[in-house]
Amino acid sequence: MKSIVCIKRVPDTETRVRIGSDGVSIDPSGVKYVLNPYDEFALEEAIRLEEEAGEGSVTAICLGPPAATESLRTALAMGADDAVLLKGEPSHDGLVTARALAAEIEGRDFDLLLFGKQAVDDDNMQVPAMVAELLGLPCATVVVELKVDGGRVSAVREVEGGHETVEFDLPGVVAAQKGLNEPRYASLKGIMAAKKKPLEQKEAELSGSDLELVSLSEPPEPEAGEIVGEGADAVPELVRKLREEAKVL
Amino acid sequence: MAGVLAVTETRAGALRGVSREVVTAARSLADEMGGGVDALVLGPPGIGEEAGGLGAFGADRILVAEDEAFGAYAPDAALRAIEELAGANDYGAVLLAASARGKDLAPRAAVRLGRPLATDVTEISVEDGRPVVVRPLYAGKALARLAFSGAPALMTIRPNVFLPREREGEGAVEPLDVAAEPSRGRVHPVESGGQGELDVAEARIVVSGGRGMGDPDNWSLLEELKDALGDGVALGASRAVVDAGWRPHEEQVGQTGKVVTPELYFAIGISGAIQHLAGMRTAKVIVAVNKDPEAPIFDVADYGIVGDLFEVVPRLTDEIRVAKESGPGVKRRD
Repeated sequence: MKSIVCIKRVPDTETRVRIGSDGVSIDPSGVKYVLNPYDEFALEEAIRLEEEAGEGSVTAICLGPPAATESLRTALAMGADDAVLLKGEPSHDGLVTARALAAEIEGRDFDLLLFGKQAVDDDNMQVPAMVAELLGLPCATVVVELKVDGGRVSAVREVEGGHETVEFDLPGVVAAQKGLNEPRYASLKGIMAAKKKPLEQKEAELSGSDLELVSLSEPPEPEAGEIVGEGADAVPELVRKLREEAKVL
Repeated sequence: MAGVLAVTETRAGALRGVSREVVTAARSLADEMGGGVDALVLGPPGIGEEAGGLGAFGADRILVAEDEAFGAYAPDAALRAIEELAGANDYGAVLLAASARGKDLAPRAAVRLGRPLATDVTEISVEDGRPVVVRPLYAGKALARLAFSGAPALMTIRPNVFLPREREGEGAVEPLDVAAEPSRGRVHPVESGGQGELDVAEARIVVSGGRGMGDPDNWSLLEELKDALGDGVALGASRAVVDAGWRPHEEQVGQTGKVVTPELYFAIGISGAIQHLAGMRTAKVIVAVNKDPEAPIFDVADYGIVGDLFEVVPRLTDEIRVAKESGPGVKRRD
């Protein structure tokens, strides 16, 4: 089982986001960067599939700045075999990122191409299905359960209030949702081994975009509400306000 | 004169509610760009009748492809239809819902059309003839303003933001021939889960519980509150209780869960971690019940009660039941 997993380096979800002085990026000072949480599920699944098959490989690919080698080392420490850094700034336009990844992946020999379902920075949720389409491959997004039997994939994806199953033949693309598995922590042994695993670096092929990022802004601060009261005695007044002031009941 | 294509979705033989929002948003955009609205409907035989109703929300032409296979999600057929329609019509924009299907389909359509995509759009305007949109990043901790050049502008719109608006006028239903055969894989029909078809991201009211609930068994309190509130209500959960295995992940609200924009959001026993606030702060009205008066949830709540949720919530359920029996306070949307 040969897998490729595309990962991204993103600000930790506890980050307080501030807009940078250029108005089109976030202020990186004090921001802690991590491997995108959903990518951990994709990596875990790829590593398990290799372990179960007893053969194969897991290649991690990341489009990002030089500092993103840190995320690739995390992937290698978890169990990926080799890694590629495509040096460049990930675009706000998912199509630009998808084209750069597809250009790298095209021509590689693999069974399954995995992604996290979305990166928690731009929340675009575009790249996995775009890469699939660029490569002419079948695709299942937001996957919470995956079975690979012979060359056949059965993937359960999360939809509103339910699930739907997608079936296709390998090679194909899967975008992982939380719940797909329980990602492992890198062991000390894994971290040591990761230092010796191959990590190739090359320039990303970033094309132009027809989508201009005009500006970033912070959302308006919510107006402070009111404490209606304390304890159960405050409930009638709350219900009255919800009906008469807010008109939502 | 650029028209707009509104891509709808059906499930279990009916149009999904969010499709009326897509048509409504398409109508306002088309009015600004001086064009008409085409609504694309793929569904099982008989869907055409209900689809005709989209005219009331602004569709001029309702292009209906009926096939047994369209009872389930049929991405390959939908892509064929979008590509063909976009080739034959000079659309200024193509709109889909930022739903499970829309978010799966739109990126593929973007590649087919060779056009960029804006996901989860919450505002649309036209400046110098170009569609300009606003969409949240970092689960809403930042907002991006994006301007399209070239056409069509491809976007998915966030549920519950562009509320369905009826207008005078009717649409014309026209049959559309779309090959149903999947080319790369097969999608089975949806199996509904515990909450039926209503998802926390599309609910009118969300009742969310956090660690303050103390134990998964105590969710019966929230179930009762949900039942008292009537239709269109879904349960939500904080990351802490999902990580603890108390509630399923599909209920999680926040940066690694769902971003919700309901009319009314109840945060029960939720302190308000930054990643949770990111997911629910755009709810129209927020009610928080927490025993800690310093909990950050009170900074975003419109109405708060400081107290023991095990006393407050049952009382709330009772009072809401009584209030509802005394007659509707407001006429419900939809």
